[in-house]
Amino acid sequence: MLILQSLSKTYKTGDTALSEVSLTVPKGQIMGLIGPSGAGKSTLIRCINRLVEPTGGQVLLNDVDLVGLGKRELRQQRRRIGMIFQEYALVERLTVMENVLSGRLGYVPFWRSYLRRFPAEDITRAYALLDRVGLLQHADKRADALSGGQRQRVGIARALAQDPELLLVDEPTASLDPKTSRQIMRLLIEICAERGLPAIVNIHDVPLAQQFMQRIVGLRAGRVVFDGSPDLLTQDALTTIYGEEDWNAMRKGDEEQTAAEADARDRISALAR
Amino acid sequence: MTDVTHHSQVWTYRTPRARLLLWGGWFALVALFVYCWQVMTAGTMWVFVWDAPKQAADIGGRMLPPRWGYLGELMGPLWDTINIATLGTLGGVIMAVPVAFLAARNTSPSLLVLRPIALFIIVASRSINALIWALLLVAIIGPGLLAGIIAIALRSIGFIGKLLYEAIEETDARQIEAITATGASGAQVLSYGIVPQVLPTFWGITVFRWDINIRESAILGLVGAGGLGLKLEASLNTLAWSQISVILLLILGTVVVSEWVSSKVRHAII
Repeated sequence: MLILQSLSKTYKTGDTALSEVSLTVPKGQIMGLIGPSGAGKSTLIRCINRLVEPTGGQVLLNDVDLVGLGKRELRQQRRRIGMIFQEYALVERLTVMENVLSGRLGYVPFWRSYLRRFPAEDITRAYALLDRVGLLQHADKRADALSGGQRQRVGIARALAQDPELLLVDEPTASLDPKTSRQIMRLLIEICAERGLPAIVNIHDVPLAQQFMQRIVGLRAGRVVFDGSPDLLTQDALTTIYGEEDWNAMRKGDEEQTAAEADARDRISALAR
Repeated sequence: MTDVTHHSQVWTYRTPRARLLLWGGWFALVALFVYCWQVMTAGTMWVFVWDAPKQAADIGGRMLPPRWGYLGELMGPLWDTINIATLGTLGGVIMAVPVAFLAARNTSPSLLVLRPIALFIIVASRSINALIWALLLVAIIGPGLLAGIIAIALRSIGFIGKLLYEAIEETDARQIEAITATGASGAQVLSYGIVPQVLPTFWGITVFRWDINIRESAILGLVGAGGLGLKLEASLNTLAWSQISVILLLILGTVVVSEWVSSKVRHAII
């Protein structure tokens, strides 16, 4: 179970991306997060595994507060959170198998990962996951040799290799065609159901969200303005979330993106220390 | 839309101020050229210049035919030259890689202290020619191959370090973010997120620098750092022009071969 308590994020530029967001995601629930660009969706899921550092509030994952953990504890907690990205974010020059095994990095010492000598059970697990997402015969291909849909399947396998207790999914279908998008969503839903995994899915496509999500949360300007089942998402509700024509928010979207990227860069340079 | 009823027919690419600056810039350049030309002519003894074609023909005549028998004597120094270049490149790489990671904005552990130091190392290494490094090192550790190897290595740090740190800064942040999100340690993020992205560039840079180093090490002997340059100096001192032509042709041949090797290797990697 994931509990967010008055989670807030204000970027150094002074932009408030999240203000006092409180949500509870029970075990096995798949929650869709919708909202206009710049509403703070991306910031919200990155605050959970602290790729973006929240400025206030609590993130409780099965009773462990992730905010305020030291570097080592944070790394151990990140293993419990699988993340799936918009443009797959696979390491393009590594093979499919290496990409899936990179989900185990938090569990193995540096020298084992460096020499690619992963424990036998990790390798068995990786093959099983590749089989589950239907890419077993592609294990030794380089990631950049695959199609978009296949790459996103590798991304899913990598996240599952972590043996996570929560999935964070950032726009999983934004770079895919409608048919592949639905296949990927279906796969995600099945996998979450098999494992009783809770998931937060950022999604642009409202019909896709209504088709696949059990619960939808609408975010606008960093605040929760809708929380309910997909059937309750009426025209009025959509207007509340997206507005009639909110050009201001779209411009803010670019700013938020830039701020998030700068923040992520800082975080990564801090990690390399 | 606001109602615009009239659109101007005049549009200029540059503002009047920019145009003035541009013309001023070109004028300054021409003035500088004229001034430099005057300085050059004032310092030239024209009798020697009028003489030039004759002198060139004379030296050319002495160079031909090349004394091919001298080639056998050059094989040892050639081997030394190749060794200086290869070992120097290796030493340069070993020192340049950590410097590059310290200098890259996204991997540097401290932007305020270590990054400026690393950038200074790169600039210092690049600002001094290998020949000058060799001159200093021959004075410090005495003549011989070692001075040449260290000179090449010191000069290579800047070149490899600069190109490598730029490649590190251009890596895709999303791939690094994804590896970070798995709970990987800093060293694992480097080895899985960053190294695969810069590896082809790294090999390309290294082979390219080796190719340059072959050329540079061929002349290091001029200041006593071993290799073909030693023979060149000896021949120059005794005005043995027919030997000098053999040495120059050998250097040309070596450089052509090293270029060929480096282009083959780069094609194989990328």
